[in-house]
Amino acid sequence: MSSRRIENFGKINRQKQLKFSWENKNYFGYQGDSLASALLANDIRVVGRSFKYHRPRGIMSCGVEESGGLVTIGTGDRKEPNVRVTSQELYEGLIASGQNAFPSVNFDLASINNLLSRFVPAGFYYKTFMGIPPFEWGSGTSVWMFFEKFIRKAAGMGRSSRLPDPDVYEHANDHCDILIVGSGPAGIAAAKEAADRKLDVILVEQDNMIGGDQLSESEFNSDEAFKELKSLGVRVMKRTTAFGLYDNCVLGLVERVEENVTLSDRRLPKQRFWIVRAKHVLIGSGSFERHIAFNNNDVPGSMTVNASKHYLNRYGVLTGKKIVITTNNDSVYSTAEILAKAGANVIVLDNRKETNIDLNKNNFEVINGVVPYNINGSKKINSLDIANSINSKYNKIDTITCDQVLMSGGWSPAVHLLSHRGVRPVWDTENLCFVPGEPKENITVIGSARGIWGKGDCIDSGIAGTLDAINKLGISKTDYFFPKQGGWMNPIEPLYEVKSKKTRSKSFVDFQHDVICDDVRLAHREGFISVEHLKRYTTLGMANDQGKMGNIIGLSLMADLLGKEIPEVGTTTFRPPFTPVSIGALAGRSVGKHFMPLRTTPMHAWNLENGATMIDAGLYDRPWYFPKSNETIDEAYIREAATVRKTVGICDVSSLGKIAIQGPDSTEFINRIYTNAFAKLPINKTRYGIMLRDDGIVLDDGTCWRLSDNEYFMTTSTSQAGKVMSWLEELLQVRWTDLKVNVTSVSEQWGVAAISGPKTRDVLSQCLEDPSTISNENLPFMCFISATLKGGIPCRIARISFSGELGFEIYIQADYANIMMDILWKSAKQFDGCLYGVEALGALRIEKGHVTGAELDGRTTIDDVGLGKMASDKKSYIGSALRKRGVLSASDREKLVGFFPVNKNDTFASGTIICEKNNIKGFGVGRITSVTHSPELGHWIGLGFIKGGVEEWKNINVIGSDPIRNKQIEIQVVSSHMLDPKGERMHG
Amino acid sequence: MIIIKCPYCGDRDHSEFSYGSDASIVYPSLDAPEKDWVEAVFFRENIKGIQRETWQHSNGCRMWLEVERSTITHEIKSVKPCHTQLQKVFEK
Repeated sequence: MSSRRIENFGKINRQKQLKFSWENKNYFGYQGDSLASALLANDIRVVGRSFKYHRPRGIMSCGVEESGGLVTIGTGDRKEPNVRVTSQELYEGLIASGQNAFPSVNFDLASINNLLSRFVPAGFYYKTFMGIPPFEWGSGTSVWMFFEKFIRKAAGMGRSSRLPDPDVYEHANDHCDILIVGSGPAGIAAAKEAADRKLDVILVEQDNMIGGDQLSESEFNSDEAFKELKSLGVRVMKRTTAFGLYDNCVLGLVERVEENVTLSDRRLPKQRFWIVRAKHVLIGSGSFERHIAFNNNDVPGSMTVNASKHYLNRYGVLTGKKIVITTNNDSVYSTAEILAKAGANVIVLDNRKETNIDLNKNNFEVINGVVPYNINGSKKINSLDIANSINSKYNKIDTITCDQVLMSGGWSPAVHLLSHRGVRPVWDTENLCFVPGEPKENITVIGSARGIWGKGDCIDSGIAGTLDAINKLGISKTDYFFPKQGGWMNPIEPLYEVKSKKTRSKSFVDFQHDVICDDVRLAHREGFISVEHLKRYTTLGMANDQGKMGNIIGLSLMADLLGKEIPEVGTTTFRPPFTPVSIGALAGRSVGKHFMPLRTTPMHAWNLENGATMIDAGLYDRPWYFPKSNETIDEAYIREAATVRKTVGICDVSSLGKIAIQGPDSTEFINRIYTNAFAKLPINKTRYGIMLRDDGIVLDDGTCWRLSDNEYFMTTSTSQAGKVMSWLEELLQVRWTDLKVNVTSVSEQWGVAAISGPKTRDVLSQCLEDPSTISNENLPFMCFISATLKGGIPCRIARISFSGELGFEIYIQADYANIMMDILWKSAKQFDGCLYGVEALGALRIEKGHVTGAELDGRTTIDDVGLGKMASDKKSYIGSALRKRGVLSASDREKLVGFFPVNKNDTFASGTIICEKNNIKGFGVGRITSVTHSPELGHWIGLGFIKGGVEEWKNINVIGSDPIRNKQIEIQVVSSHMLDPKGERMHG
Repeated sequence: MIIIKCPYCGDRDHSEFSYGSDASIVYPSLDAPEKDWVEAVFFRENIKGIQRETWQHSNGCRMWLEVERSTITHEIKSVKPCHTQLQKVFEK
C-alpha cells in the first residue's frame, strides 16, 4: 500500500494543519482528520500487531468495527490503550503509539509466535492446563499458578495507566418523544419527518459529523444537513454512542465531549454518560461490510471496500495506487469508479459469473468469476494470487501486482441494539445477512440496519419509521410502508472463505484475536459446534470489536462443516455495550469523596474543631477518638473509656434513628412491634425495647418514650434506622390499615449528646437553668424530662445508659447542637472530663455486655443474646409466632458470652473462631463478634457466642483460632456482663 | 430500567423505589399458630407471568404500592396504593 493525500477530494480543512506524534515521531494532519486518515495520509502502513501471532496489522476499516488499528493514546496518567484509530479524531498535540509489540510495531520480536503458531492452536490454554494423560502431573492449579505470571505478561493488547484518572466524567438524564440512533439517510429523513410533526426528537450520532455513509459521497455537505436539523428543532448529539437499549425505551449513551480537543484546552468533562428515556426508538445504526477469508488476508493494505471510499471522499486520502477490489456484491462499483477517478489503477474481481452494472466501466477493469486466493507480502502487499472455482475447489490462475486489496463479502446490518432487547435476528437468504426480527416494544429499525441497501429506499424507510412511531404512540393514524429489503441489481452470491490448498494457511476470520478458518475447523473436530461453544473455544468475536467483522464468516464455516444452513447454526447474542464504555464514564462523579453520599451530625463541625478523628459509620462520619497531642488510637480510646468510668465523658450520638409516632392507636401499634410490654408504659417514662422480624430473628433494639397518651418517641440503632422506618410504614400501610397511627422520621431534627460517668450529674447541673430537674427524684433511671439549658434553650433529657455509668442523653433541636456541646464541654472540663468517640463507646458497652449490630447480625434470636426475659408471654407481637420455631429453640444454639484471654497479655480479633481445645477445625463451637481492651479490667476482652452459653463452659477453657493471622490463644468463657453485673453504677 | 407510575408522584424511575415482597400474601393474625406463619413467611410461588408485588416509593412520597409486574418482560400492569383508604382517594 502506498497511500497519499489527493487534491480536490475530502471534507477536511486544509487551512488548519495539526501536529501529532506516532511512535515518537512527529507528523502532520488536517482538521477533520481521524487518526486513521492522518496515519494513512503519511503512508504509515503498520499500526499494530495482532493478539496472538504478533502479525503486522494495518488499518482495515473506517469505523467502530476496526480490527487492525488499535493503539495507545496519551501518556502518563492519561494513557489509554486499545483506542480505535478510526474513531479517534485528530487534535493538535495528539500522542499515539503502537501496542502489543516490542520494540516497535514495525519490528516486533514476539512475531516469532507467528512461526510457532502450529503449537498454539485454539483452546491451547484449556488443553495445556487441564492436564491430559500421561501428563497428569501437569494438571491442577499449581502449574497454572507458575505459568500464569508469564502468560499474563504476554497476554492482552495495550496497557492502561495505573495512575488515578485525572479526567472528570459526568452523568446526565434526558427525555424525548423519538430517539433516533444514527444519522445516515434514514436517520436524517426520520428526524425531519418527526420534527415536522412537532415531536421532540433526539438524533444520536457516534461520529463527529452527521451523515453516516453519506460522508463517503463527495457531494454531501454534513454541516448543511446539521444546520437544517437544528433549525427544525431536532436535538442532534454528535460524538455520542448509543451503547445499550434497555426496558421501556431507555437508552444508555456515552458522549465524548472533549476527546477531539488539545489537552491544554480541555475545560469540560471528558465524557458524559446519558440515560435517555424515549417514548419510541428508531434504530438506524447502519450496517458493516464483511471481509473475505483467504490466505494472508490480514497483510497491511487489506481493507474493506467502503472504507477506502470514505478515506477518499471524507479525508482526501487515496489508500492505494494499484488497487484490487474483491467482491460478491454490487456495492463496490461506485467505489471502484471514484478510486479510479482519483488516479488509482483499479481492478474489480467479482466472483459472480456475470454482472450487469449501470456504471461507466471505462476507467477500471472487471474480471468476473474469480476470487482472491492469497496475498504475497508481510508488512505490505506485493501482489495478489487469484483463483477460479471448479466444483467448489479453488485453483490459482494468476497473480496480480498490487499494493492494496479491498474486500467486500457482503453487508451485515448492525442488529446489536435490537439484540439487547432479546429480539433474535432473522437470516435473509436473498441478501445473505441477518436482518432484525420484529420488536414487540416501541422500537422500529430503519435504513440499512433493516437490510435496505438503496439510499432512496433508506430515506423512505426513515419516513416510514417515524410514521410507525406516530401510529404506535397513538398520535395519529397514517398509512405507511417499508421498502423491500435488499436493492442490488445483481443478486449477491455466497463468498465467505476461499479455502487454500496449503496445509497451514492463515485465512483470518477474526483479525484481532487471530482466529483463522482452521481454528473453526478444529473446534468442530473437537466437538465445540454450538455457536456459543465455538465462540468461547476459539475466542471468535470476543475481541474489542465483538465480532462485528468476522462473526458471519465463522458461522458460515461452522454451518458448512455441519452440513446445515447458517440460520440453523444460529448466532450469538450481542449484549451491551455496542462499543467499549470507559469505567470513568460509568462512575461519573461518584469517585473519591463523592463515592457515597456523606451524612454528618449537627455537631460535625464542633467535633472537628475539638480534635476528633472521624470514621465512616455507614454513611455517617462519626468521631472515632479525640487524640491528645501524639496519642495513638489505642492510647486515646483507652484513656477516654477510663475517664468515663472515673469522671465524665461526652459523646455525639446524634446518628441514632429517631421516629415520632402519633395517633390514637399508637399504644396498640407500639405494643405489637416490641417484644416486651409497652401497653402500660407511663407518660414521661422510657423503655428499652427489642423488635423482631416476622421470622423471629432480632431486627433492632432501641428506646421508646411515651410523650403523652397518643404520642411516642422512638430511637433506633444508627445502622437500622432506615430499615425500621420503612418497616413501620409497611406495617401501617399494608398490614394494619385499621390502625390510626402516623410515623415520621425525625432523625435529622435532633442533635444528641450522651454524657456519662460518676460526675455526670455535677457536670449537667451546671448547664441547666434549674439544676434540680435532673435530681434522682425528678429524673429516675429510664425516665425523661423537658429541661432548659442555660441561655434558655429547650431540650429533652433522658436518663439512659449505654456505658453502664450514670448517664443522660440530651436531645436538642439540631440547630442548637453546637451551642449545647460548648455548654456541656465547658462544664465537663472542670471535672477532668473528656470527649469520647465510637471506639471508647464500643469499649464501654463491650465491658457491660451490651449488644449492637455486631451481635444483632440478622441471625440471632432474643434468647441467643440473653434478653429472653424481654420477650413477653402475655401478648402476641411481630415474630412471636416464629421466634421459637424448630432450630431457633435448639439447646445447642450459640449464646452470648464474654471472653477473657487466659494469659492476660494476649489479644484477639473479632471474627476469631472459638474451638474446643483438642478439636481446632471448621466452624468451631463459637465466634468472637466484638473486642476491646478493657481499661477497667486491665486486659483484652471480647463479646461473642458459644454453643450452650456460659453454663456449658464453666472451668473449661477454649481456643480462639484466627486462621487468617495464624494465631491460636487460650480463652476463658465468662458471663457477657463483664463489669458491674448488677448495674449499681448507672443507678447512682 | 423499569418506570413505575406512583399514584402520588407520577412516572418515576425504579431506582427511586425499594422492592418489598409478595403482595398476594395475607399475613395471619399475630396470635395465629406457628404453622400459619411459616406458610406466610417462607412459602412463595415462583410465578412466570404477572406477579403482584409491594414496592415502597422510598426516595419519594414513601407510599407503599401494590404493583402488578410481568416477571418475563418487566412490564408494569398496574400500580395502586397498598392502603385501602388511600386507594379510594386515588380512584377519584
